[in-house]
Amino acid sequence: MKPTPFDYSAPGSVGEVLALLADEEREAKVLAGGQSLIPMLSMRLARPGLLVDITRVPGLDRLYTDVSGALHIGAAVRQSRAADDPVVREGWPLLAAAIRRIGHPQIRHRGTVCGSLAHHDPAAELPTAALALDARFVIAGPGGTRTVGAADFFVATFQTAVAPDELLTEVVLPPRARDGWAFEELARRHGDFATVGVAVTLRRAPDRRTVGAARAVFCGAGPVPVRLPAVEEALTGTDAGTAALDAAASAALAGLAPADDVHATAAYRREAAAHLLVRACTLAWERCS
Amino acid sequence: MTTDLATPDPAAATRAAAPPLAEPSGWHEIRLTVDGASVTAQVESRLLLSDFLRDRLGLTGTHVGCEHGVCGACTVLLDGEPARSCLTLAVQCEGAELRTVEGLAPGDAPLTPVQRAFHECHGMQCGFCTPGFVMTATALTEQPQRPDAADVADALSGHLCRCTGYRNIRRAVCQALDERFAGGPAGRGE
Ligand SMILES: Cc1cc2nc3c(=O)[nH]c(=O)nc-3n(C[C@@H](O)[C@H](O)[C@H](O)COP(=O)(O)OP(=O)(O)OC[C@H]3O[C@@H](n4cnc5c(N)ncnc54)[C@H](O)[C@@H]3O)c2cc1C
Ligand code: FES
Ligand code: FES
Repeated sequence: MKPTPFDYSAPGSVGEVLALLADEEREAKVLAGGQSLIPMLSMRLARPGLLVDITRVPGLDRLYTDVSGALHIGAAVRQSRAADDPVVREGWPLLAAAIRRIGHPQIRHRGTVCGSLAHHDPAAELPTAALALDARFVIAGPGGTRTVGAADFFVATFQTAVAPDELLTEVVLPPRARDGWAFEELARRHGDFATVGVAVTLRRAPDRRTVGAARAVFCGAGPVPVRLPAVEEALTGTDAGTAALDAAASAALAGLAPADDVHATAAYRREAAAHLLVRACTLAWERCS
Repeated sequence: MTTDLATPDPAAATRAAAPPLAEPSGWHEIRLTVDGASVTAQVESRLLLSDFLRDRLGLTGTHVGCEHGVCGACTVLLDGEPARSCLTLAVQCEGAELRTVEGLAPGDAPLTPVQRAFHECHGMQCGFCTPGFVMTATALTEQPQRPDAADVADALSGHLCRCTGYRNIRRAVCQALDERFAGGPAGRGE
């Protein structure tokens, strides 16, 4: 099938983007990399009246670290560019690893980091990585610009804090931490969305031998990325040895309530998530500096 | 209306694809480069790049399989990088530089090392998936450093082949990479 007719505009400023999104006559939609939107148009699951291509807005393609050391990724920054950037690979390796699990290079060359976050497929890797890394989201709208934390950004499947007349202009990651990290997922084929996956970060306590802080966030386990404090408590203060990993896995089994779907039953997902968690924690601990 | 971009013809470097029948919504003029030739065309916003190449420019070497980004048959080089032409609107390509399989060895030009390797290693059976594989492989050979075996596998995973089982395709890609990066670290990737 082919898309239904729509108009297309490639404005030159965020202000113009917002003016177009405010169109009351017809539904306007942001077009970034198009790697999720264009298939939806072709299948006629979406029938917008206007596409607003944001990739030509000067400034939205910026990828930089500010004076505080935080990483800023503009709305037009493509996934490949972020994953291949030496500063990103060195300072935010979890982000680069999550991106490399998105589809194939041919998709990542076009898809944007912010597009995946704004689209918010519950099986997508980037929302989970963003929550694990404490991302902040900068949203421009008719009333000005606001910043939303990752815990409040993801609302439900395909739904975020970004309203239809707003634009996610950039995502900001706090200054690099020397945490150990891992992103593990189970997918039916290389390049597929995760059936279930997990992002883990571990930080050494001052004694260097125990876990000072832990974070575990799951994808494919609910309508939003699922962070499990019980798993994090089971790891904190331990030596990340077998007993601690068993306790963390039990906490994951108890805490996750994924849905059944055509790809996997809920029980299978929970079981797989617990195994992935153990593997991810082991890797993350090895990577702790 | 169809322009024959496959024929190398420097005198005809600027071409105009004829405007289509008028429909009410969202026509735009785009200018881009396709296989080295400048193209100016009127396109409807909803026209997919794959349909623009095939139906408007007559470049039917770019194949269309799934039309939702999964199979890779429609892969072209968009500003040097492999991308799905079925997941790109023609109108997004204003100012872009596109390369299709027709542009690799136009007319009587010798086959490129990638094309030759597919031929020599028997990297195809029905050939439906081949243009996409060849474009992705071409981009791999154009990288500054030899991609490692994992990168090659990742890139090839973006293409579905129903016939070959991939062995000969991978062999072809490795041969082309060997030729380009003699003695590189990734070996033949067997
Ligand atoms: C074959 C294939 C495999 C894939 N595999 C995976 C995978 O394994 N994991 C995965 O996570 N994804 C996968 N994807 C989807 C992913 O690649 C998309 O790139 C991504 O979800 C969307 O990014 P985009 O820039 O292409 O956004 P678009 O498709 O342009 O937009 C997606 C949605 O977000 C909105 N939007 C985009 N940018 C903004 C913004 N700045 N502000 C407000 N709204 C915005 C759009 O209006 C639209 O509704 C796959 C896609 C394909 C085709
Ligand atoms: S036709 Fe474009 S990926 Fe299948
Ligand atoms: S050669 Fe037939 S699909 Fe690949």
